[in-house]
Amino acid sequence: MARTTIKSLKPGGVTLLISTRKGLWQLHSEPTRRSWRLAGPQFLGHIVHHSVLDKRDRRTMLAAARTGHLGPTIFRSPDRGRTWQEAKQPPAFREGSGRVVDHTFWLTPGHASTPGVWYAGTSPQGLFRSEDGGATWRGVDGFNEHPQRKAWCGGDQDATPDGPKMHSVLIDPRDAKHMYIAMSSGGVFETTDEGAGWRPLNRGVRADFLPNPDPEYGHDPHCVRMHPAVPDRLYQQNHCGIYRLDRPADRWQNIGATMPKRVGDIGFPMVLHPRDPDTLWVFPMDGSSVWPRVSPGGKPAVYRSVNGGKSWQRHATGLPKMQAWLTVKRQAMTADANEPAGVYFGTTSGEVWGSRDEGRTWKCLAAHLPHVYAVEAA
Amino acid sequence: MRVLIPNPLRSYTANAPIVAAAGTTLDELASDLDRHYPGMRFRVIDEQGAIRPHIKFFVNGAPKRSLSQPLSDSDEVMIVCALSGG
Repeated sequence: MARTTIKSLKPGGVTLLISTRKGLWQLHSEPTRRSWRLAGPQFLGHIVHHSVLDKRDRRTMLAAARTGHLGPTIFRSPDRGRTWQEAKQPPAFREGSGRVVDHTFWLTPGHASTPGVWYAGTSPQGLFRSEDGGATWRGVDGFNEHPQRKAWCGGDQDATPDGPKMHSVLIDPRDAKHMYIAMSSGGVFETTDEGAGWRPLNRGVRADFLPNPDPEYGHDPHCVRMHPAVPDRLYQQNHCGIYRLDRPADRWQNIGATMPKRVGDIGFPMVLHPRDPDTLWVFPMDGSSVWPRVSPGGKPAVYRSVNGGKSWQRHATGLPKMQAWLTVKRQAMTADANEPAGVYFGTTSGEVWGSRDEGRTWKCLAAHLPHVYAVEAA
Repeated sequence: MRVLIPNPLRSYTANAPIVAAAGTTLDELASDLDRHYPGMRFRVIDEQGAIRPHIKFFVNGAPKRSLSQPLSDSDEVMIVCALSGG
């Protein structure tokens, strides 16, 4: 399997971008990551679905925002969030298509060879591309206008509660034309020609909420990650379990079956170690009965695997021991690139938790924030 | 004509509550506002040319739902953001 060298960052401070239902905050740490300082809010009152630093230049940030009243837009910062400007032409479907972008849900910087290129996934499912650092956006016609798009995505009845969405836009670091996307619902799709053509990539993934539990598409991947050092290694947290795929194979392997039965293998986020392709973290939530989506039994824990999902360890030191019904959304868990890696998650109840020892012990870094939608290390 | 700007849109008008704009229809007025205050139109009118769900336009105090609503220079247009916080 091809491997790309990922250098450890020198011990340094970490910035977390905390996107919430009421604005954007930043958490800054000093190099030991023992103490944190909360800064913000920016865009107070805006629903900020995702904020991301462009790690190609380490200066540009984009934030996807809207309000209850006003339509969706993108804000751009050239200076790590000190100042912001609104996009001149935010993501919007083609006039006459009958489709309307409700909000931009996911932001991904493009390939290292294409500075200024960004991708956005929207609700409802649409893929957009900017070639000028997020100032203007155009639809990726190969997906948005694909004759099969409606069949892939389904209708309103197939939507997740806060709208159907495209997420997990992944760029192969070896090839700018090779990308993956994921949709809830719709499943995982792959392109090898920079978005001109797409094919489903869902073999082996259950869809037991559908009449045919093994369809070609229509699945509900909650979060898909590509390992930065081994881009052929993909993981996904799905509505129906946890999976791993080692390309060029095209059948996902179920790695959730080794989770404890009383905890289950359902959740939203999925986080990979910045260097070790066999280490990953999930945050299980109750997926039984009516899908409560809270920590099973009110006892939150992060589960870590260090062998690619063959086995899992429970890590709850520092987290509340009982009566803590935490929900962590799909973009709301991340890792930094330090050694050892820091792992972080934000909750819908407005807390941000962090671990500076690869998930073994946890500390609450911030509380009383609004509903957290996304946490990204910058 | 006079256009009354609601609080959520005043980031576009440097906090001005009232601005001047031109147009013979609401659609033209929205485009003229966008020329002066880039980005404003898309926040209140979607890409299919529909007024967004929580936005209302009043012309001389009367609600108008169509962007083809005729306007004259003496009209006063108020943009209202309906209650949709929380």
